Amino acid sequence: MWRRLLALLSGLLGGVFAAGPARALDLPEDGATALFHLFTGGGVDAYGPAVLVRKKLFDKVSLTGTYYMDAVSNASIDVVTTASKYHEVRNEFGLAADYVYRETQIRFGLSTSHEPDYTANAGALDIAQEVFSGMTTISLGVSRGADTVLKTGSPEFHQKASHWQYRLGATQILSPSWIMSANFEMLADDGFLGSPYRVARAFGTTVPERNPRTRTGRAIKFRLLGDLGARDSVFFGYRFFSDTWDIKAHTAEMGYSRYFGDDWLADIYARYYTQTGAIFYSNDATTETVFLSRNRQLSTYNNGALGAKLQYALRRGGGYDLRLNGALEYTRFKFKDFTDVRTGELYGYSSVVMQLFLTANY
Amino acid sequence: MTIRTTATSFLLAAAAALLGGCSWLPTVKPIQPWVKPYERERLADPIMSLTREGLSAKHFEHVHDVREGARGATGVQGGGCGCN
Repeated sequence: MWRRLLALLSGLLGGVFAAGPARALDLPEDGATALFHLFTGGGVDAYGPAVLVRKKLFDKVSLTGTYYMDAVSNASIDVVTTASKYHEVRNEFGLAADYVYRETQIRFGLSTSHEPDYTANAGALDIAQEVFSGMTTISLGVSRGADTVLKTGSPEFHQKASHWQYRLGATQILSPSWIMSANFEMLADDGFLGSPYRVARAFGTTVPERNPRTRTGRAIKFRLLGDLGARDSVFFGYRFFSDTWDIKAHTAEMGYSRYFGDDWLADIYARYYTQTGAIFYSNDATTETVFLSRNRQLSTYNNGALGAKLQYALRRGGGYDLRLNGALEYTRFKFKDFTDVRTGELYGYSSVVMQLFLTANY
Repeated sequence: MTIRTTATSFLLAAAAALLGGCSWLPTVKPIQPWVKPYERERLADPIMSLTREGLSAKHFEHVHDVREGARGATGVQGGGCGCN
């Protein structure tokens, strides 16, 4: 049996590396997207424009520039119970370059995000390689982020945080109509990993939040996508995440896409997310601990979402394509050990995400 | 030569022998790509793309990252943000 297994393994590896290329990777098409996004729920409204422009240079390199703006009005439960409502604007700029040589694609990107009290700079390098006559694509990537955390009204507060991410992925063509992918990512954070404004609760009173200064996480995601044969497709996804703060999370997704006539494309999908809380999370601590947080993002909770997208082709052919898109997602959040301190009842809320965007390819 | 170097050389030689095809292994033909390029027309349709609209996907990723404890492995190259 072991002989057969070894023979199969050597045959598979031999096939992957010996098979000649059937087609080369292409640079991304030139194009532009203008998007308006809106999030509303849980006392938070965030909206703004986003723009993406992509242009090839000398048929060797493709440059992508992005701008993303979030105008946030925050009256979330944390804010209304411990502080006062605030407004702020976040601006993010990104620049990326793609380079393709035969079956290899290299992408290098930089981004910078600015809020009045938070600056985040990041760089990422990703390499994708087609093997096995283009049936398999293997990808490797690394990201590095460096943040500066300030506190409005406290000029002496100045903290740093850094983030490393390492990823490995494979996309495999299974048949003429099915494709799957597996992605793995390691995440390492250190520095100030909390909010300077958030407070925790112990023995019924508010105390400063104390988070660990390091966090390491692992995420693995599988996706399966199939063409059903009637100009429609189906999608399944699953992700498992765990970290050194003892959070374990499962995300399950499924969706269905279908063309209607020549000009319409519709998608519907469902997403379910559940997580266990961090070991140092407490709704109201009754023992003394080194670390303590009442960040509900670190509590035990789940959310379920239903979404739909609709695309209309305004123009096809004649030098360029123009498409109008809309997306709507409704999510219900249910917290298992986070209470509204005003009522003592478990907290929950609903949110809506909306996008409206125009995409051109030429 | 240290014991560690000897052991590493031995393991590398053993792995090379295994993958290189030892005489005691049954001879098998390498597995060939079973979906030919001309059979991949349906896979090229936009409805078979894992990330169809990059900017839209990035926004949804940001919305989830800000509100959930889990991150990563989504295949979307993220940027920096004040997600905490």
